[in-house]
Amino acid sequence: MTYTFDFSFLAEYWPQLLKGLAQTAQLSLLSIIFGFLLGTLLAIGRTAQSKLLRRVCAIYVEAIRNTPLLVQMFMIYFGLASVGFKLSAEFCAVLAIVINVSSYTCEIMRAGIESVRKGQREASDCLGLTWLQSLFLVVLPPATERVYPALVSQFILIMLATSLVSQISAEELTSTAARIDSMTFRSFEIYTVVALIYIGLAFVFRLGFWALSRLVFPRLRRLGTPL
Amino acid sequence: MSPIVKLNNVSKSFGSLHVLQGVSFDVAAGSVVAIIGRSGSGKSTALRCINGLEKINSGEITVCNHHLHHDVTRAQLRALHLDVGIVFQSYNLFPHLTVGQNIMLAPRWVRKQSKPEAREHAAEVLRKVGLAEKFDAYPEQLSGGQQQRVAIARSLAMEPKLMLFDEVTSALDPELTGEVLKVMESLARDGMTMVLVTHEMAFARGVADKIVFMHQGRVWEEGGGEMLSAPQTPELRQFVGNGL
Amino acid sequence: MLTTFQMQALLTAAVWTAGLSLIAFVLGGAVGLLIAVMRVSANRVLRGIAFTYIQIVQGTPLLVMMMLAFFGLSILGFDLAPFTAASFAMVIYSSAYFGEIWRGGILAVPKTQWEAAECLALHPVQRFWLVIIPQGLRISTPPTVGFMVQIVKNTSLASVIGVAELTYTSKLINNSTFQPFIIFSVVAVLYFCMCYPLAWWSRKLEDKLNVAHR
Ligand SMILES: Nc1ncnc2c1ncn2[C@@H]1O[C@H](COP(=O)(O)OP(=O)(O)O)[C@@H](O)[C@H]1O
Repeated sequence: MTYTFDFSFLAEYWPQLLKGLAQTAQLSLLSIIFGFLLGTLLAIGRTAQSKLLRRVCAIYVEAIRNTPLLVQMFMIYFGLASVGFKLSAEFCAVLAIVINVSSYTCEIMRAGIESVRKGQREASDCLGLTWLQSLFLVVLPPATERVYPALVSQFILIMLATSLVSQISAEELTSTAARIDSMTFRSFEIYTVVALIYIGLAFVFRLGFWALSRLVFPRLRRLGTPL
Repeated sequence: MSPIVKLNNVSKSFGSLHVLQGVSFDVAAGSVVAIIGRSGSGKSTALRCINGLEKINSGEITVCNHHLHHDVTRAQLRALHLDVGIVFQSYNLFPHLTVGQNIMLAPRWVRKQSKPEAREHAAEVLRKVGLAEKFDAYPEQLSGGQQQRVAIARSLAMEPKLMLFDEVTSALDPELTGEVLKVMESLARDGMTMVLVTHEMAFARGVADKIVFMHQGRVWEEGGGEMLSAPQTPELRQFVGNGL
Repeated sequence: MLTTFQMQALLTAAVWTAGLSLIAFVLGGAVGLLIAVMRVSANRVLRGIAFTYIQIVQGTPLLVMMMLAFFGLSILGFDLAPFTAASFAMVIYSSAYFGEIWRGGILAVPKTQWEAAECLALHPVQRFWLVIIPQGLRISTPPTVGFMVQIVKNTSLASVIGVAELTYTSKLINNSTFQPFIIFSVVAVLYFCMCYPLAWWSRKLEDKLNVAHR
């Protein structure tokens, strides 16, 4: 092996990588927030009284979960463009990822909602809370707390999956890497650096979500035990 | 004075299982009524029908001037729940909220009380059940008896006109039963109207103004505490014989 | 609509997708088992290595791994065979996840089984491989099958280094026909046909296991 590794491109290109990192972080957080909201909504539908609503949500979830994100992304990006919607690649990227995360979040949150015993709902009904109030005050908080670790794993996977948006030429870390690669031809080196950045970002996300859990679950902060 | 609760020929079935078959009884304002009977006789179901947790198939229930029949709406039920409190066998405290938050939840969101107001009120009902110092504890940090007393306090905070108790001591160790019964006794002394399903015969005899003995989905016998010493029906005689 | 030729191309591509999935499952499973065993081993160094491996792989996007495999292998002097590089990346990727899934399964084997195994006249190593491992794997069949769905879907990333699997082929066809909704729907359906049975099976297994544990 006569290959010599050369990381000297970093001196010139690190600001671009930093920008890509920021874009990836932003893309991930946007997708996670909206994906979580949509997914929770779907989970509510999935556990609703109406059989039709349950069915519709189930079909949506199965359709999304059993097809690749990349294909979904192409469908949205190229598909919408072909019928005249000229949307930015970034928007399509977020849209595709949100749809994707929502279906996974739905299944996780459904498990959480189902873990809340029927008596809890009865008790809140009997205290005079409305359906919406019991949902938001009594059912969703413990449901979310119980499945939080699973949600975090899912969110980390989503952060990694944002790299796919480079395939519809949206701007983020991986597409930045591809651009630098095309100018420097240090392919292996640049992707090694990018991999390390992702590993670091995954670590930071884990840390961030841990801190968030202490913030939003006061019981967990005080007692430190799972619910 | 007209009764605060009136069940008139109430029937309820789960599928083909006829759990209540024409149940009628009254609860006078300020009185304590104990429902007793063998397990499976429909006691809990009768109690749950009173605050609409189970929809009845036929008959009529009047509770604090709310009329329940087979097609009662959600809005009607909500109005009813503002007047009627219930305490369950399994406490059903909200595990993610502190004791204080459990109690303040409904006053704040349903009665729209301000935070200081709700807080003061919560502290007061908590004192009443003897747990003033547990305001900031989480339910899981309390014993079963303490949790059940918090559940009673949570109901009390909504200032109900009527309180229902569904086998509230059945899940408790014998040594924890007493503290809960004591709280209920003091409520009765304060003039709270109460309907309770219970297996505690001594308590029923001592506290209840009226005892309703249910058997196979019917009111088999009803009367004052003395009824237990002089049962009229062989079923009650057998039940009392086993129970005492 | 699609021509017969395009349809044939897609079906051939589907075979590549299935082949890549199979490689990821079999070889990734083999490496994954090793990782799982290292993760529960008494040796701290082995545990540490396996842990680090999993952290690194699970912290790197598969797409970046594809690139690294593709360019890395060529640096090592291997021929530029995209399929080989993709297989390599998929095996590494799936081994880390299998390692984690099976570690959970092995740890979930009841203590009594470990004790019971000690009574058998078996060497400790035999005990582990013949008694504990099979049970651990059995416990983790539902998530294992569930992860196979992820494998199938994630082979779509091999398209970025030019492996002519389903996604790559669909993109080629789209470039010439400009009917993205049709072509990508057809491809989505093909993926669905491969994934849904696995997802369904995984759920069935889970239900069965839950019943058995109740
Ligand atoms: N939600 C329900 N669905 C079906 N059957 C029920 C339900 N609730 C109670 N039952 C049945 O109704 C009968 C009476 O129950 P219950 O009122 O709880 O009796 P008790 O309180 O006297 O023990 C029992 O046979 C019970 O199995």
